[in-house]
Amino acid sequence: MRKIIEASTAAAIGVKLSRPQVIPMYPITPQTHIVERLAEFINDGELDADMIHVESEHSAISAAIGSQATGVRTFTATASQGLALMHEILHIVSGMRLPVVMEVANRALSAPISIWNDHQDSISARDTGWIQLYVESAQEALDTVIQAFKIAEDKNVLLPAMVCLDGFTLTHVFEPVDVPSQVNVDKFLPKYKPAFCLDTKKPITMGPIAYPNSFMEFKGAEHLAMKNALKVIKETNTQFKNQFGRGYGDGLIETYRLKDAKYAVVCMGTIVGTSRVVVDKLRKQGKKVGLIKLKSFRPFPIEEILKVTKGLKAIAVADRNISLGQEGALFSEIRSALYGKSKTIVSGFIAGLGGRDVKEETIEKMFDKINNGGTIWLK
Amino acid sequence: MLEIRIHGRGGQGAVSTGQIMAIAAFHDKKESQSFPIFGVERSGAPVQAFVRISDKKINLRSQVYHPKIVLVLEPSLIEVVDVTQGLLKDGLVIINSDKPAKDFKLNCKVETIDATSIAMKVFGRPIVNTLMIGAFAKITNLLSKESLKKAMDEKFLYSKGKKISDLNKKAIEEIMGQK
Amino acid sequence: MTKLKISCGGIIEDVGSTKANKTGGWRTFKPVRDVKKCIKCMKCWMFCPDHSIDKNIEVNLDYCKGCGICAERCPVKAIDMVKEEK
Repeated sequence: MRKIIEASTAAAIGVKLSRPQVIPMYPITPQTHIVERLAEFINDGELDADMIHVESEHSAISAAIGSQATGVRTFTATASQGLALMHEILHIVSGMRLPVVMEVANRALSAPISIWNDHQDSISARDTGWIQLYVESAQEALDTVIQAFKIAEDKNVLLPAMVCLDGFTLTHVFEPVDVPSQVNVDKFLPKYKPAFCLDTKKPITMGPIAYPNSFMEFKGAEHLAMKNALKVIKETNTQFKNQFGRGYGDGLIETYRLKDAKYAVVCMGTIVGTSRVVVDKLRKQGKKVGLIKLKSFRPFPIEEILKVTKGLKAIAVADRNISLGQEGALFSEIRSALYGKSKTIVSGFIAGLGGRDVKEETIEKMFDKINNGGTIWLK
Repeated sequence: MLEIRIHGRGGQGAVSTGQIMAIAAFHDKKESQSFPIFGVERSGAPVQAFVRISDKKINLRSQVYHPKIVLVLEPSLIEVVDVTQGLLKDGLVIINSDKPAKDFKLNCKVETIDATSIAMKVFGRPIVNTLMIGAFAKITNLLSKESLKKAMDEKFLYSKGKKISDLNKKAIEEIMGQK
Repeated sequence: MTKLKISCGGIIEDVGSTKANKTGGWRTFKPVRDVKKCIKCMKCWMFCPDHSIDKNIEVNLDYCKGCGICAERCPVKAIDMVKEEK
């Protein structure tokens, strides 16, 4: 059913339709609306789940480990400092191969204090072993959380997943969304069957020590699972498309007007929407430009990036984050993916930090300076 | 695509104004989008919200810089904020004021509506946002009365109850008349 | 060397594997209780970090590492740590 709702509500509906049974949560701007809606769903009897009110994000994600370990589908959500506070536990969730799903309402990290959007929080959690999917619209937020459970719980993956949506720039936007029926979502995402869980009748040990003679093997297995996720994300997107009539590129990346393009912008999150408008505008002026939307930042789709950038003269990579003293994270990743295999010029642009609005002009400037080859701050 | 900017003070309902307009446009079979610029909210501080209405899917996610229509919920804001900033040449500013439009020297088309007085009559309190939406709809013909009433239910029935929802619908009737 | 099993998430399905590890072999001194002095306050049972003292205040020498905490905690000095002949 088509409705007009806030993106946070859409994100919460996606969670509700996925039927998690436990939601440990701690509120933080701009994630709050998501968990408020979930609390309402539980209160109104629309969602049969236990919400655990904890005293910090560190506890929220720790409680998520406990509940997921007992074989229960578990969800939480956070942003910014909250995600930073979770950091040490994030590694434990992935290392223990617990498919927890979390929505991150992307927000800058202090100091100075900022409640507004950029990707510094989730990019800083890049190496925690979580799948990271970035979305551009309320619809995609709803659809992606349902997919995230399926991807995370796949027996060849078994890794936690973050669904990253831009704080305020998306979370607080009202826009039309098609809400799928529970029956259809149930068909797509069946009841959770854990690969292993704590059970007094069949006890197992979880989270033991690994000596230097086995630790690398465990990390190798996790890395392989992350690589497996590339295929599973694609398959899940296809299945979703077949069942609900809409998909997002191949699940990992999406291209827009790229077919005969010579130049393209690469970006994640809400910048994608604005970039679509700019690409349309420049196309009208006869310029051969296109867009590459990166949805899956982890796992990183190297092959797909190589394929779609083939033949492009230059690409502009928009980063809503900065690795201080170096460059934007996405820029580094794209350049590394293309290194030695492509002649395409890669230019980096730092934009939209701490809620600085990314305007049409901002994207146009990226196209103007696309042959630069270095990193430019677009203030 | 039509772009609208709303100026209000924290607590006046500028954010809700945008949401209700977007909801109503959606029920008029349009694509719509609404969002606020959030500050660190304080009651009384100047607040802005935006609405986009279009026949096609809206992808643009930047703030609104060139509105066609500006709603000003509180006339004193004109002293502190440039409400005409970026306004399109043929743009319109609708101000909540008991003064005639010609009293506002804004270099653009201005309409005024004494929303505060009507609000006191309907709500017994100076809740002006619903009346400003009604005024917008009446002046521009861009939102239907039926859709606005539907939007009031969607916005208030669950969160504030039937009484508030009905009062808001009455406010819409009051300002738009039995058209 | 036996091949290590790299299970998903490091889970161990054959639980209780620590039982096979008889830490009693690490011991130099063993606790010997004077039953006449003992007032059965159970402090030794409570404080034994290896659960090697049972409710009858019998020491399980398969696992007792000889740490001496029981002797240290005994309020009536009923436990002596005695060098073991091996």
